Amino acid sequence: MEIKRFLKDICEAPGVSGYEEYVAKIVRAAFCAHVDEVRQDRMGNVVFLKRGSDSGGRRPRILLAAHLDEIGLMVTKIEEGGFLRFSAVGGIDPRTVVGQEVILYGREKLSGVIGVKPPHLTPADELSKGHKMEDLHIDVALTEESARKLVAVGDLALIRRELIQLAGSTVAAKAMDDRAGLAVLLSCLQELERLRHAADVYAVATVQEEVGVRGAAMATYGVVPDIGIAVDVTHAEMPGVLEHEACKLGKGPGITVGPNIHPKISEEIIRVAKEYRLPYQLEAFPGPTGTDARAIQVTRGGIPTGLLSIPLRYMHTSVELLDMDDLKLSGRLLAYFIAGVDSAFVEGLSCC
Amino acid sequence: MLLKRLSEASGASGDEGEVRSLLKEELSLHVEEVTTDALGNLYLKKGFGRKPRVMVAAHMDEVGLMVVGYEKSGLLRVVKVGSIDDRVLASKVVSIGKDRIAGVIGAKAVHLQKPDERTKAIDINNLYIDLGVRSQEEAEKLVKIGDYATFTAKVREAGDNCLIGKAFDNRAGCAVLAELLKEDFDLELNAVFTVQEEVGLRGAGVAAYSIHPDVALVIETTAAADVVGSKEAAYVTKLGDGPALTLMDSTYMAPQQILDLVAETAEKLAIPYQFRRLTTAGTDAGIISQTHAGILSAVISIPCRYIHSPASIINLDDWQNTLRLARGILNAIAEGGLRLEGTA
Repeated sequence: MEIKRFLKDICEAPGVSGYEEYVAKIVRAAFCAHVDEVRQDRMGNVVFLKRGSDSGGRRPRILLAAHLDEIGLMVTKIEEGGFLRFSAVGGIDPRTVVGQEVILYGREKLSGVIGVKPPHLTPADELSKGHKMEDLHIDVALTEESARKLVAVGDLALIRRELIQLAGSTVAAKAMDDRAGLAVLLSCLQELERLRHAADVYAVATVQEEVGVRGAAMATYGVVPDIGIAVDVTHAEMPGVLEHEACKLGKGPGITVGPNIHPKISEEIIRVAKEYRLPYQLEAFPGPTGTDARAIQVTRGGIPTGLLSIPLRYMHTSVELLDMDDLKLSGRLLAYFIAGVDSAFVEGLSCC
Repeated sequence: MLLKRLSEASGASGDEGEVRSLLKEELSLHVEEVTTDALGNLYLKKGFGRKPRVMVAAHMDEVGLMVVGYEKSGLLRVVKVGSIDDRVLASKVVSIGKDRIAGVIGAKAVHLQKPDERTKAIDINNLYIDLGVRSQEEAEKLVKIGDYATFTAKVREAGDNCLIGKAFDNRAGCAVLAELLKEDFDLELNAVFTVQEEVGLRGAGVAAYSIHPDVALVIETTAAADVVGSKEAAYVTKLGDGPALTLMDSTYMAPQQILDLVAETAEKLAIPYQFRRLTTAGTDAGIISQTHAGILSAVISIPCRYIHSPASIINLDDWQNTLRLARGILNAIAEGGLRLEGTA
C-alpha cells in the first residue's frame, strides 16, 4: 500500500487512547500482506511477526513499536441546553481546540463545534488570557432532551480534520503522533521484503501511549525481544522553540542518544545511516523519553532499546505537520538496521 | 444547495469576487439587470419603474486574514481582516490567495510551553501560516503580500435541523436574498450584494447612494450567545427562536414605523421572531439609513452561534423564517404598508 494513502487513512480514523480498535483494523489490513503472523494481546496491542531467514537456533528478535492511540476528548457532563463539557484524554492545550469542528462518537456519529462564551460577553482583561478546558463546551446543536438520548458521559470526541497536502512533500493532519510512526513501520516492512534479515521482526502497533506508555510495556513483555526500537515523532523547529530543542523538517529521522537508549544500538543505527548515505539528525535526551522506548527499556530484565523519531511541528494540535520524505527515510534506515542485526550483535548488547 | 456553495466560497472583505461570480451565475436569469460598481457591489434589479423603489442588501464579505510578511523560514505573517478573536486561530486550516493554496496555523507543542505561557491567549503576533515550504523564496512563489486567507469548513448538517459551517455571516443572508430574487414582488426590487461590511460598512453606502431607494431592508446574520456559561440577558439572540429584529446598534436606530411593520408582518404570518438584545456592533443599515437625506431602513438577522469563527452554527428553521419574514415585509411594503412621504 502506498505510504501516503495509508497515512491519510489512519490519521483520519478515530483511535483515542483505550479505544484503538477501529484504527487497529486499518493497520492490520495494510500490514497483513507483509507479515507471517498477526495476533492481538489482551491489552489491544497488535503484534505482527515477519520471520527472519536464520535457521537453526533461536533467531534474534527485534521489536518495533509505534503507537496507535491519539489524544482526544471525553464527555464529562451534559449541561442544561444540551451543551457537553469535556476533559482531555492525553496532553491537550485547550487553546488549540476552541472553534474546532468535532466528531462526537455518541450513540451515533454527531457533528459538533467546540464553543466558548462569546468575546462580546468577555471582559477586556480576559481576552488576553487563554481559554481553560472548563470554559469550553461541545455544541452538537441538539436540544437537551435529544442530547441526553444520543450522548452519554464517557463518550469520545475528536477534532474533524482531513489530511492536508501542503507544499512539496509536506502534509498536516491530526494524530500524526504517532500514526506517522505506524507509516514508518509499514514502509520498513515493505523495504524488508527485498532485504535478507536474520532476525524475527515483531512490528507492534501499541495502545495507550498517550496516557502513560502502557501498551508497549505489555507488548514487550509478551514478545521478549532482544532489541526494542520505538518509532515516534519529535519536535521540529518553529518560532519560539530553541534550536537545540528541535529537529529540522526534511533532514531525516532523529536518532536519539541518552540514558533511554542502548549506546550500541544508536551507534549501529548511525553507522548504517552513514553506510547507506541516509540523512539523519541526532537527538540528545537526558532521561527517559516520552515515548514507548521509556517502557520497553525497563520491561522484564531490561531490553536494549533504540528510538527513531520523525520531525514534526505543532505536536498535539490538529495540524501536526511533517515531511513525507522523513517518513520514508525512517522506514529505509530502520530496514537496513534490521538487516544488519545477527546473533553476534545481539550478544554484544549485554556486555558493556 | 446555494447556501452551501456560498458558505464554502472564499471571500474576505475586499476579495468578494468568488461569491459575486457565484451569485451572478445563479441569479442573472431571474432579473432584468445585473451591474457592478467601482467597489465591487453586485446589483440585481427587478420590476423596473415600479413604486416604491426598495433596496434589499446582504453583504458578501466574510472575516479573514491577510498576508503581510514572510519569515526567513517561509512562514507567513498575517493580520486580521474584520473582527476575529485571536483565540480561535490556533490549530486551523486556511486557504490562501486566488489559487486557494492550503496552509495551517500551528501552535507551539504543549510539551514545550512553560506553565505561565499556557495561561495566556495566543495572539496573532505569535501565530503564522505554514505552507509547508522551507524558505521565504519558496513561500514567495506561492503567496503574495496582500493575499487573503479564509477558513475552510465544509457545510454539514448537525443536530436538530442545524448547519455547521464558516462565513454564515453573511452568506446565509445572501442565500435569503437570492431566494427573494427568484420571486416576484409588486415593487422595484433592487437587490445589492454588498462588499466590505466587515471592515466598516464600506460597500453599502455607495450602493444606497446609487440606488437612492424609498426604503431599504438589510438581511444579516447576528450573534447567538445562547450557550452554557452565558446569562440569558446576554444571549443577544437564541438559536431557533426565529429572525431577530434590530432595535438599535452602534450605527443605527430602527424607526418606529419600520419596527411596527416588521413585527405586524411576522405576527400576521405567524412567523416566530425575536429582538436582537445587544446595542453594539453594526450592519449595512447603519450607513444606508444615513445616505442622501436619510433612507428608511430595516434589519432582520439570522441567529448564528460562534459567529466570526472557523465553524459556526445556524438553524435552518431560522433561515426559512427569515426568508418568509423578508418576503412578507416586501409584500407589506408593496401593499403600501409604509408612509414614504418626504422620501424620493
